[in-house]
Amino acid sequence: MTMEKRTSAFEYAPAPESRAVVDIAPSYGLFIDGEFAEAADGKVFKTVSPATEEVLSEVAEAGEADVDRAVRAARKAFETWSALPGAERAKYLFRIARILQERGRELAVLETLDNGKPIRETRDADLPLVAAHFFYHAGWADKLSHAGYGPDPRPLGVAGQVIPWNFPLLMLAWKVAPALATGNTVVLKPAETTPLSALFFADVCRQAGLPKGVVNIVTGDGRAGAALVAHPGVDKVAFTGSTAVGKQIARTLAGTRKKLTLELGGKGANIVFDDAPLDQAVEGVVNGIFFNQGQVCCAGSRLLVQESVHDEVLDALKRRISTLRLGDPLDKNTDIGAINSAQQLARITALADRGEAEGAERWSPACQLPENGYWFAPTLFTNVTQAHTIARDEIFGPVLSVLTFRTPDEAVAKANNTPYGLSAGIWTEKGSRILAVANRLRAGVVWSNTFNKFDPTSPFGGYKESGHGREGGRHGLEAYLDV
Amino acid sequence: MSDARLSVLKTYKLYVGGKFPRSESGRVYEVTDSKGTWLANAPLSSRKDARDAVVAARKAFGAWSGATAYNRGQILYRIAEMLEGRRDQYVREVAEAEGLSKAKAAQQVDAAIDRWVWYAGWTDKIAQVVGGANPVAGPYFNLSSPEPTGVVAVLAPQKSSFLGLVSVVAPVIATGNTAVVVAGERVPLPALSLGEVLATSDLPGGVVNILSGRTAEIAAPLAAHQDVNAIDLAGADEALAKELEIAAADNLKRVLRPQPVDDWSATPGTERMTAFLETKTVWHPTGALGASGSSY
Repeated sequence: MTMEKRTSAFEYAPAPESRAVVDIAPSYGLFIDGEFAEAADGKVFKTVSPATEEVLSEVAEAGEADVDRAVRAARKAFETWSALPGAERAKYLFRIARILQERGRELAVLETLDNGKPIRETRDADLPLVAAHFFYHAGWADKLSHAGYGPDPRPLGVAGQVIPWNFPLLMLAWKVAPALATGNTVVLKPAETTPLSALFFADVCRQAGLPKGVVNIVTGDGRAGAALVAHPGVDKVAFTGSTAVGKQIARTLAGTRKKLTLELGGKGANIVFDDAPLDQAVEGVVNGIFFNQGQVCCAGSRLLVQESVHDEVLDALKRRISTLRLGDPLDKNTDIGAINSAQQLARITALADRGEAEGAERWSPACQLPENGYWFAPTLFTNVTQAHTIARDEIFGPVLSVLTFRTPDEAVAKANNTPYGLSAGIWTEKGSRILAVANRLRAGVVWSNTFNKFDPTSPFGGYKESGHGREGGRHGLEAYLDV
Repeated sequence: MSDARLSVLKTYKLYVGGKFPRSESGRVYEVTDSKGTWLANAPLSSRKDARDAVVAARKAFGAWSGATAYNRGQILYRIAEMLEGRRDQYVREVAEAEGLSKAKAAQQVDAAIDRWVWYAGWTDKIAQVVGGANPVAGPYFNLSSPEPTGVVAVLAPQKSSFLGLVSVVAPVIATGNTAVVVAGERVPLPALSLGEVLATSDLPGGVVNILSGRTAEIAAPLAAHQDVNAIDLAGADEALAKELEIAAADNLKRVLRPQPVDDWSATPGTERMTAFLETKTVWHPTGALGASGSSY
């Protein structure tokens, strides 16, 4: 299963993380008002491991009646939750943060099973960030008067939150932690293909003694999400997902008093100047597009490389990509795991084929894909122009489009030539160039000589059609306050 | 049967550099409860003890101030966790020290635990509240950030033996300073016991150093010490405070003057943190890309 050329002296031995640490029940209900319950109409759906297509569990599928019940439970809980002193709310969130830390390995394995991403990432990135996010927001709960939103900023009410499948538990943390810290209650709809970690989170809430109804989890597909955002009892909608759905939600909310934040797609440019530390830049470019199989809204999916170093960078990039290990996500040596679903795999495949059809040059390392599950080899396109579909559309997969530029001005113009504006990367040794380029990029997050860095203290979110509002940091609180 | 058992008394010792030494002077003084009943013999710290504590605090400063704010927050929260588990011990000690009922003492201890939680949450937020980008009139990136001032001498309040103590120590270390704490002269036992919690909370040795003894005797060398950056005079009376402030001027220590505090349980602001923070402003040219510019 390795793509590695037979040049190294030693093969990797399998190093699988044990599944025994997590106990998945054969079925799960909806988590409403502190209790697990079946859907009103008894509907269920299966969730599978994308690496093996094994059915992991059967999960209740929420309908409108269930969403309504969840919103009512959240409304009822809001009265007491929002009236709690901030210091007491803080202590609940600190408890949740600690329990998430304690159960980090279990949740990492679970997330890897349900999502398909490598255990190295869930263990070292997702879970530590999840706990940190609750820890950070816990501290805000009794300090909101210091956050710059007036002496006593008030919560909005019930937050309806719809999250994606690429970072299931981390996106839950980004949504739930600030909502609760500011005194709101929550109805959260996890993605259809990755419901499990949110349901385990319900158990974390139980262990933390969180009052019932403060967090409600309704699993289901897009229809459940649509019912939630349209529910008249919801005061705030937060959505992370595709730009198309985000626009639909914006239309649904038009004319209501609901507050909306959207974290949508991206087509991030990673700009490599000729004076960049190239080895470091190549590492960053690889991380930028292959982290989480490229299923990252802020992925650096367009590489803009200065012409003078194009060949050198491409050689190094191909060498580095050839050493990536694709396969069993539970193997601790795996760099690239499974694509999350058959649909996503079909979308990536179609877009990559289109790239080839439109005349870009396709390259992948020699790579054996596992027989079962959903897999896509890391892929590089050269001779890409700005008109190509693969340079414009978000692929949301391990596919990098390489373009070139001659001057910084051209780099900025190309980087900004997209309806999106979520992330960008700048690679150069020159500080003033970093800042000059950063000033002119229309992107909500700009990484310099690094990429894909996340921290609960640092606001995240996009310009233009990448959505509006920020998550994280002091700025992220605004989304959940009546200001 | 338990009535007949003779209890084991604790030997109260200082907390310096993560260890529990006696005073180098070999001296102790009698600590009594509010009715004059003997409670313990506390170390009567000397000038040398104070200087040793400063050395320990200075040694710890680099790593503590260099730790991530997140890490410091976790450790402060850990202190709250450890205190919660030993709540009964502190309730007893505070009740004895301050002559309070068990219920009143419990309120003090609970508030002290919550105070650690309050400051645990501040470690990674204070920079976002007091720092920020400055829109200078030129092509420059310009960012102001708070940094800890260094070693802070803290004279703990003379009456509020535990809540007052925690309320002056936690804000000092939350931001990355290290502290030499002089416990309330007549109520040093809860402070000395705090060392036992700090020692088991992942707090690096030397970040907090706790001395007991005559406040005036220990404070004088601290106020004059050239390697102490700041002093909190909470536990000094008016005359002593003036004398120490004069001594502190010799190396321009940051001085937090004593303020009347009626109720230590009130929610604090940020003043006890900002008193011991420096503001560092970094400039960097943003450069220009050329005349044409991009119109996006």
